[in-house]
Amino acid sequence: MTVGVLALQGDFAEHMAMLARIGVEAREVRKLSDLEGVDALIIPGGESTTIGKLMARYELDKAIRARAEQGMPIYGTCAGMILLAKDIEGSQQPRLGLMDIAVVRNAFGRQIESFEADIPFKPTPERPVRGVFIRAPIVAKVGKGVEVLSEFDGKIVAVKQGNLLATAFHPELTDDERVHRYFLEMIQK
Amino acid sequence: MTPNVSSHEQESRYAVQKATWRTKVGLAEMLRGGVIMDVVNAEQAQIAEEAGAVAVMALERVPADIRREGGVARMSDPLIIEEIMNAVTIPVMAKCRIGHFAEAMILEALGVDFIDESEVLTPADEEHHVNKHAFKTPFVCGARDLGEALRRIGEGAAMIRTKGEAGTGNIVEAVRHMRAIMKDIRRIHSAPEDELMAIAKQLQAPYDLVVEIHQTGRLPVPNFSAGGIATPADAALMMWLGAEAVFVGSGIFKSSDPVRRARAIVDAVTYYREPEMLAEVSKGLGEAMPSLDVRKLAEEELMAVRGW
Repeated sequence: MTVGVLALQGDFAEHMAMLARIGVEAREVRKLSDLEGVDALIIPGGESTTIGKLMARYELDKAIRARAEQGMPIYGTCAGMILLAKDIEGSQQPRLGLMDIAVVRNAFGRQIESFEADIPFKPTPERPVRGVFIRAPIVAKVGKGVEVLSEFDGKIVAVKQGNLLATAFHPELTDDERVHRYFLEMIQK
Repeated sequence: MTPNVSSHEQESRYAVQKATWRTKVGLAEMLRGGVIMDVVNAEQAQIAEEAGAVAVMALERVPADIRREGGVARMSDPLIIEEIMNAVTIPVMAKCRIGHFAEAMILEALGVDFIDESEVLTPADEEHHVNKHAFKTPFVCGARDLGEALRRIGEGAAMIRTKGEAGTGNIVEAVRHMRAIMKDIRRIHSAPEDELMAIAKQLQAPYDLVVEIHQTGRLPVPNFSAGGIATPADAALMMWLGAEAVFVGSGIFKSSDPVRRARAIVDAVTYYREPEMLAEVSKGLGEAMPSLDVRKLAEEELMAVRGW
């Protein structure tokens, strides 16, 4: 199994390091040819406007959408969640638009409001995960078939829809492998 | 959420911590592989965002104009910074003078996402830099070598950039600084453990950070490049030399076609390993910014020597 990490911009190196620690084969994806042969894709944190524009300029968006529709699992963190969403409040920015969710960008405020918190994550009921939220989005609305995996302070911060997983926070910035392991289980199913 | 829970109780229930070292360095990590562009008004900020900038640096004047006009260069008018903050959704950075913690406090009060304690402005304190640990807003600082980088990280900088020589459109100093930093990182990483204190002494760097580099083989915070980038090729060169992202100051809006050049530099940072793609994006960009030979600048005109 090879997991691709979209490496156009953002904290892709942290995802690569996390996958290496778990012992999964991983590859950085920048071009169409990099996408061939990956079994799943992680879209990292970063600037969603930058990643979205580069995806569109180099036609990665179409290819990723096609693979997702064939069932390829995708996990998006923060900017990755925004890019997976069908609706981005107040924005026409380029996106994949695969998940039936509406997101609000920078929903907690500017950088000075960025925070960490112990948050419940349904697939890991034994103890919460340490959520690192950096200029993070939230999910304001979910459509049918979207499962809410985490709520913090009444706000939806992790969701799953079929082969797609998204978190507003960054497990890749912590030592906790459980969210990534949960995604790897989704690939094996 | 259970109703009737005070925000204080919520915070302890979820062990909420704001503005931690991890959220500060985390924002720097989110900017990796990106381009941070100097802008002087809302219109330029929108052009930068549209081109794919990961952040903008809000300024009254770009370094090339600061250099030309002379006099004391200070923090920008908060009104200009606010207009730029309102114009874009990407992070906004702003500069304070070296050691001028009151300017930094004002920038934090405005809510800028990153503060650049910058040698491009006239230093306010020739002995002390800002104690950056005391702020919630993350800081970026310039460095010419590893010792300087580690002293700034010791003071709380969450990101380092090469100083280069701002406003010259000449990449030579940024190259010199990046090579110096990377060379010493390699040296520390491969040195035997019992030589680390002597290296710390020689670099005048905090010992703990030298030990950390020995273990990880990298700078403890993201390592970006600034000061002299004028073309997509310049940006690609800095990425090859070890930069994790680039700042472009005067290089975009002092060129003849800022829209195309901005986009080309964004593409070049992502695809710096692909010569064919670099050739494609470099075509027909028009005139680069007016440039200067660093060797012909007088000592008092150099910005990189400000700070220590």
